Amino acid sequence: MYLQGRETEAREQFRSGMRLGIPYAGASALLAISFGVLAETLMGPVAPIVMSALVFAGSAQFAAAAVLAAGGGAVAAIAAGILLNLRYAPMGIALAPSLRGGALRRAAIGQAMIDFSWAAASRGGGRFDPPFMLGATVPSYPCWVGGTAIGVLVGDSIGDPAALGLDAIFPAFFLCLLVEGELRPGPPAVVAGLGSLIALVLIPFTPAGVPVIAASAAALLGLRRSPG
Amino acid sequence: MTEVWLTIGVLAVATATIRASGPVLLGGRDLPPALRGVIALIAPALLAALVVVQTLGAPEGGELELDARIAGVAAAGGVLALGATTLPVVAVAALVTALVRAVL
Repeated sequence: MYLQGRETEAREQFRSGMRLGIPYAGASALLAISFGVLAETLMGPVAPIVMSALVFAGSAQFAAAAVLAAGGGAVAAIAAGILLNLRYAPMGIALAPSLRGGALRRAAIGQAMIDFSWAAASRGGGRFDPPFMLGATVPSYPCWVGGTAIGVLVGDSIGDPAALGLDAIFPAFFLCLLVEGELRPGPPAVVAGLGSLIALVLIPFTPAGVPVIAASAAALLGLRRSPG
Repeated sequence: MTEVWLTIGVLAVATATIRASGPVLLGGRDLPPALRGVIALIAPALLAALVVVQTLGAPEGGELELDARIAGVAAAGGVLALGATTLPVVAVAALVTALVRAVL
């Protein structure tokens, strides 16, 4: 009975994650179209869609494609992409204590991490809701891959996503989550302030990806908290 | 073209490995309290950094890019402070950013 209750609850959380994810998946689709348009001239029709299906990480895909387009070569493109996706390491560490089950199952859940769903599944105080995260990712995947295909096949059908203000959607969403869920007085607020300061200072001096990874070091302030 | 497929293949494997690393290495076990205290603070640190980087950073990295996003995210912060829920806040961010961009 207990387990059954937990499964029902997980399904419920999965569904509410999906409901939240649908409008944001629409925004990802528009960004994916612009990726498809941009990448098609460089990679041909098939590779951008394969890339979106296998990498499933917008900023890294744009960064790697930009390096290739500039003639930087595969090694530099891979490095640029990895640097952006390295943030999934601290994100995964934050998620880890909330995961149950075997290593394979945990690795599979980790694949569902995108910034949006990870942030939306954070419940404050270090707790995460994995079924909610999975649900929030589910609408984004077909939209990201399908949007890329539309960009490749149809071409420039929507114009520049920036003209629609799409690039402000995700920072505004993260701001909401930060203010409503994470900014508890005391260490979380101090760490958020320090993290944003680290990121701000590093933006002009480091390649894309580094400011966010470096900001996670602010969490080490947790070591100073008195136990209990 | 070889470079393209090499990039896609290596980046796909590396990304999957990075995404799996935290859950595999630290999940499903009891962690010492000091480590748990640090882990609990990763979310506020990363969320704050994502807000800053995606509002003020150039998409290609390496420099600040102060543009219409600032107005959009600031307006979002304003309606958030007035008690608006997430979806209206996000809509205001996009709308204000698009308007300011159209005017500038």
